[in-house]
Amino acid sequence: MNQFYTPTDHFSLLPALLLALFGCAILMLDFFVLPHPRQKRWLIFFALLGEFFAGLALYRQYRFLEDQSIPALRAFSDGLIIDGFSIFFNAIFVAAAVLVAIISYRYLEVEGEHHGEFYGLILLAQCGMYFLASGTELVTIFIGIELMAVTFYILVGFLRSDRRSNEAAMKYLLLGAFSSGFLAYGFSLLYAITGSTRLPKIAAELAQRPATDPLLLLAIVTTLVGLLFKVGAAPFHMWAPDAYEGAPTPVTAYLSVASKAASVAVLVRLFLGTLAPHRINWEPMLAVAVVLSLTIGNFSALSQTNLKRLLAFSSISHAGYILLGLIAGNRTGLTGICIYLFVYTFMNTGAFLVLISLRQKGMTGDDIDDLNGLIHRSPGHALLMALFLLSLGGIPPTAGFIAKYYIFLSLVETGHYALAITAALFVAVSIYYYFRIVRAMFLNEAGQLLPALPGWGARVGFAVTALATLAIGLYPEPIIRFAGTSLLR
Amino acid sequence: MLDTIFFYVFALLTIGGAIATITRRSAMHSALSLIVSLLGVAGLYLLQKAEFLFAVQIVLYIGGIMVLFLFVIMLVNLDQAAKERQFNRQWLLGLVASVLVGAQMVWMLNSAGVLSLPAAVPAPAATGPGNIEALADLLFREYLLPFEVASLLLLVAIVGSVMMAKKTS
Amino acid sequence: MPPIPLPTAVPLTYYLILSAILFALGVAGFLFRKSLITVFMSIELMLNAVNLTFVTFSYQHKQVDGHLFTFFVMVVAAAEAAVGLAIILTVFKNRGTLAVDEIDSLKL
Repeated sequence: MNQFYTPTDHFSLLPALLLALFGCAILMLDFFVLPHPRQKRWLIFFALLGEFFAGLALYRQYRFLEDQSIPALRAFSDGLIIDGFSIFFNAIFVAAAVLVAIISYRYLEVEGEHHGEFYGLILLAQCGMYFLASGTELVTIFIGIELMAVTFYILVGFLRSDRRSNEAAMKYLLLGAFSSGFLAYGFSLLYAITGSTRLPKIAAELAQRPATDPLLLLAIVTTLVGLLFKVGAAPFHMWAPDAYEGAPTPVTAYLSVASKAASVAVLVRLFLGTLAPHRINWEPMLAVAVVLSLTIGNFSALSQTNLKRLLAFSSISHAGYILLGLIAGNRTGLTGICIYLFVYTFMNTGAFLVLISLRQKGMTGDDIDDLNGLIHRSPGHALLMALFLLSLGGIPPTAGFIAKYYIFLSLVETGHYALAITAALFVAVSIYYYFRIVRAMFLNEAGQLLPALPGWGARVGFAVTALATLAIGLYPEPIIRFAGTSLLR
Repeated sequence: MLDTIFFYVFALLTIGGAIATITRRSAMHSALSLIVSLLGVAGLYLLQKAEFLFAVQIVLYIGGIMVLFLFVIMLVNLDQAAKERQFNRQWLLGLVASVLVGAQMVWMLNSAGVLSLPAAVPAPAATGPGNIEALADLLFREYLLPFEVASLLLLVAIVGSVMMAKKTS
Repeated sequence: MPPIPLPTAVPLTYYLILSAILFALGVAGFLFRKSLITVFMSIELMLNAVNLTFVTFSYQHKQVDGHLFTFFVMVVAAAEAAVGLAIILTVFKNRGTLAVDEIDSLKL
């Protein structure tokens, strides 16, 4: 109480501090030191440097927890927590941000909108995510969500002269702000019931409340609505296809992996931690959202011709699978959520990376037809895309299989057989539309289309994503162990 | 007694302003009605001893955000828009949904009542006539972190809006 | 330091119901208005309803934490309004209309 900012506070804040510092530095450098369009590429290195230091700070936190063998470090009078869970999710954000930073360069050049702000905003969005994974206080979580969301509104609308990008940003912003209203209302009721904004205290108060309390029910409904919007789960998914399609493809990748993971982190912390005693209230609602996400996501994806929209609907269904782990709610379920999000980061970014490599002057590379005969034009890309799609479909020996395996295992362990069977049926549906893409690449005639042109960033990106997708599929033990340390304690 | 009268006056301003905001044809009228509604809310803050928020509501919301709205309304010429259809095609669905939301919330709040709330916790520092000192104390101790993060949020908003609105080179 | 007296003849539930009505009006405006600017104003109504709830409960708990949350919600509203209105301007520049259902380059 006497000291405003203790060394513990500093230690627990360090990664976010570094991200904010480098984010601001990039904005300054962009303006004062590197004003010419040709020089913007140097900013990538600053972004990567920032990620490197943030990663280092995260690693130090990890070592600290291991060395002291304490489960968690609390700072800012219960406003921030450093535990395995927060470190795991922040590792996902670092991976996603690094991938996005290195693959954006050529895409933005082609679009003629290569501005230095892009890299600064990526780091600042990640800074917001840090507070979602580590925040244990409602105000911090709310501001973190908004920092992330506002940055994404800008990033989605980054192609200013492109109508689709503007409109995507507009829709995303309106629906995002709408959902923030619900979330804030839910938080206000949580505060109302408990008289505190700090999760540990809220949890202690809530444990003594009857489950039938209407105020609590209203709080759960509104909070859940707000967060499901952010995760992109049905029935609050309507922003996702538009935002995904209109946004610059690297931003779509970032949005689909990092923003989803961050929102899931909040869901897990709130619903498996604070609201766990009131599971009877939220489990049915979540189950409905899951079944709707699986149904809408998978069936709408069947009829899409635009690949970004298809992947958007597929990401809605993936949100459904991830939330299944939340319904199971046991150790396996939580491990499943962590592994799923980790794997999803690589396989989904990889799939978008193929689209990015296809983007050239005069060809968007967004339609399924643009992939026709890709195996003849650029066989490497076709094979990589097939790998990512197999993984998204959950076929062994890819990483996607391990992720789905854990989710299903947790459902069986907790006796949710009906949900497990439903989800398994939808896996079959999803394989159908993923194979539609594979068929277009391997069997259709090539036509007049150009081969893909990967830059150096894309090459590195491909190497990382493909390696991760394969390696985790073949040798999953390290990641399972890492995810195991991330359990909420 | 006086409080009750003031409550109803401000409540009337708030609800009346809100209804006018969502039903007026011209965007300018909507914005002005919104200002009335915000003034009503500000009055309600004052009734509940939130002097600081009363001031912030007027300075930031009405003086800042609403002026921004008015600027944009004047920048994009909406004269012809006022003559067009004002409600989008799914208005009936929207109306039903929002009436449901509202009824549900009112019912829940009413049945919960304030009775089921826990006994009030002693205030950390509620000094004198105003609460600004208590607020500042709390803001820079307990809520230091979100305060700093909010500065990043505003930075992003500035950078973003300048980037969006500036001319394409 | 004397505690804040609980003065009003108006029960706090009235404030809460008022805020619920305000919230529902915001939702209604969001769902059935056509002009982007008015839709955006409806969101401001929703956020104000949230703020009113916070202040009321803060009063109930005799704390100022809720006031602070309200303060942060206002900051968020300002940030969203700045970015949102900038995006509205770009949409208008590229299209010349602000009607929600005529903005359809992306199919719904």
